[in-house]
Amino acid sequence: MSILIDRDTRVMTQGITGKTGQFHTRMCRDYAHGKECFVAGVNPKKGGEDFEGIPIFATVEEAKQATGATVSVIYVPPPFAAAAIDEAVDAELDLVICITEGIPVRDMIRACRRMEGRKTRLVGPNCPGIITPDEIKIGIMPGYIHRKGRVGVVSRSGTLTYEAVAQLMEQGLGQSTCIGTGGDPVNGLRHLDVMQLFNEDDETDAVLMVGEIGGTDEEDCARWIKENMRKPVVGYIAGLTAPPGRRMGHAGAVISGGRGTAQEKLAVLEECGIKVARNPAEMGKVLKSALGC
Amino acid sequence: MKIHEYQAKYILHQFGIPIPRGHPCFSVDEAVAAAEKLGGSTWVVKAQIHAGGRGKGGGVKIARSLDEVKQFAAKILGMTLITPQTGPQGQVVRRLLIEQGIDIRKEFYIGLVVDRGRRRVCLMASAEGGMDIEQVAADHPEKIHKVYIDPEVGLTVAEAEDITNRIGFSGAAVVETAALLQNLYRAYDSTDASLVEINPLILTGENHIAALDAKMNFDDNALFRHPDIAGLRDLDEEDAAEIEASRYGLSYISLDGNIGCLVNGAGLAMATMDIIKLYGGNPANFLDVGGGATTEKVTEAFKLMLRNPRLQAILINIFGGIMRCDVIAEGVVTAAREVRLHVPLVVRLEGTNADIGKKILAESGLAIISAGNMADAAEKVVTATASAASATSAAIPATGS
Repeated sequence: MSILIDRDTRVMTQGITGKTGQFHTRMCRDYAHGKECFVAGVNPKKGGEDFEGIPIFATVEEAKQATGATVSVIYVPPPFAAAAIDEAVDAELDLVICITEGIPVRDMIRACRRMEGRKTRLVGPNCPGIITPDEIKIGIMPGYIHRKGRVGVVSRSGTLTYEAVAQLMEQGLGQSTCIGTGGDPVNGLRHLDVMQLFNEDDETDAVLMVGEIGGTDEEDCARWIKENMRKPVVGYIAGLTAPPGRRMGHAGAVISGGRGTAQEKLAVLEECGIKVARNPAEMGKVLKSALGC
Repeated sequence: MKIHEYQAKYILHQFGIPIPRGHPCFSVDEAVAAAEKLGGSTWVVKAQIHAGGRGKGGGVKIARSLDEVKQFAAKILGMTLITPQTGPQGQVVRRLLIEQGIDIRKEFYIGLVVDRGRRRVCLMASAEGGMDIEQVAADHPEKIHKVYIDPEVGLTVAEAEDITNRIGFSGAAVVETAALLQNLYRAYDSTDASLVEINPLILTGENHIAALDAKMNFDDNALFRHPDIAGLRDLDEEDAAEIEASRYGLSYISLDGNIGCLVNGAGLAMATMDIIKLYGGNPANFLDVGGGATTEKVTEAFKLMLRNPRLQAILINIFGGIMRCDVIAEGVVTAAREVRLHVPLVVRLEGTNADIGKKILAESGLAIISAGNMADAAEKVVTATASAASATSAAIPATGS
């Protein structure tokens, strides 16, 4: 097993007809088992049409009924993205991966509120997506840098995750699943949620946790790891040199009220017995040493 | 996005929040005229800059005559105000707020902000108003009372009255304050604010409440549905390079070091700054060119860095995923040709089309130091900076003192 997605996952794309949706649907379809996995698109005005052979439905519910897809990926523009999440939740999909960047926080607070008590899991928004190498990729990461293996990767970032993956590859380490949880302050799955899944996954031997300034996701996760994790975890935190009060690109990457600094996060990680890579060029190396190989 | 105190008060007033009477002013004459119009015998002259801590820096004065209003206005307008939040360079005061003086009986703190952990807006209230609230939060967290607001319901009367009681209000003031809190949440929610602070909220000598100070920040991602608020942006309060960057969709933050960084992706950009520091250098900026950068975007990013007079070297760190390294390389070559490249340039390209990108750089005839990985890149740029610095100091004869 991997976590959340594998070659048997059936996916619909919300916003399949936009420029971004088209481009990435093609890339995902062309990756590993993508051709069997990407079975539907959704566009309220283009139901009945198709995108390069992938049927388009007017609603998520119709797409689910017709194709059996239980996962959706969202490329819908920011003003309409929260409504797209709502629709997927109402259709009781298992998982929604929202790639869209720039959704107002107010919309996400409401979307998350409406998800309370529902079965759907959300990854993102403003995230690269999820990949289970050599099986399926749902998102915008470059598939070819990954190989199937036994290291789980969880990160808030996009390119920094690719960097981490490349470093693992340099050490000869493939990945079970890689997840980008997104750079926004209000989002779906967090480090802790993903770590619990990796802990239960018998195809994951160790986890690389890539964090950054802002919020307390990494600290919350570290405290849980200390009590519960049965596998080695290596952590890295970006933003040691970030000045307080400034938003470092990601809407969530900001040190506010003196909280959420990299120093504070690193201290908590170390207190919780997590091996820390202080040098971002050594994430792969430290993980390899944590595996004891 | 940040706005000025007088603008925040204007918005809050529209949501029924009581504020002192006052007028924004751009000159000393306007300030005196505003004071005359307000009447009374005391006035408050307040510097309007986006940074907080203005009082400590001498930007807030109480005037007891029109002459004093004139005197203080002349002193504050045009001064460079240095507060704990402006940084050592300070901020020039270009606007004033002249307000009527108010008899203050007690000061409270009220704030609204997103609690990321709970995915809700949190209302914070404290009887320790007027103080440095971060200090109160650190030393006496029990003195800050909180309500997490259900977005489906809003702040209820019961919640508002409960927190009002907890910060020590009693009698008629409870109803008035609870109503203010409900209005404040309405203001926060309907303007897509990311922060609202009233510090202090005051109880006046006549047992009424008023927002003596007000601060509002807004979610940049939601400004598209608030053109009126977007129009309040004050470019004088922002860094020129950052304004220029935002025009091209680049995320740029000026820092005080001398090594420029151009990176794709915010996380990787932060990691690049960190590794420069780790190898003994100092980043001059944070610069994320984003995931879908074009040659033009990269060219502008490059020019932006080169405008910094402190710049002594540049590190480009690109992990090409969807963004192709050949596009980056072409942008770099174009920019370097347009703007005279006077500092060493270290480039690390990884990922999609990295080889083509490297070839473009190698064949450009530009003096580019190529790096294999992040550590190699950081080491090389720090070395290049050190030799650039010693070359500069060698060229300028020591003057002695």
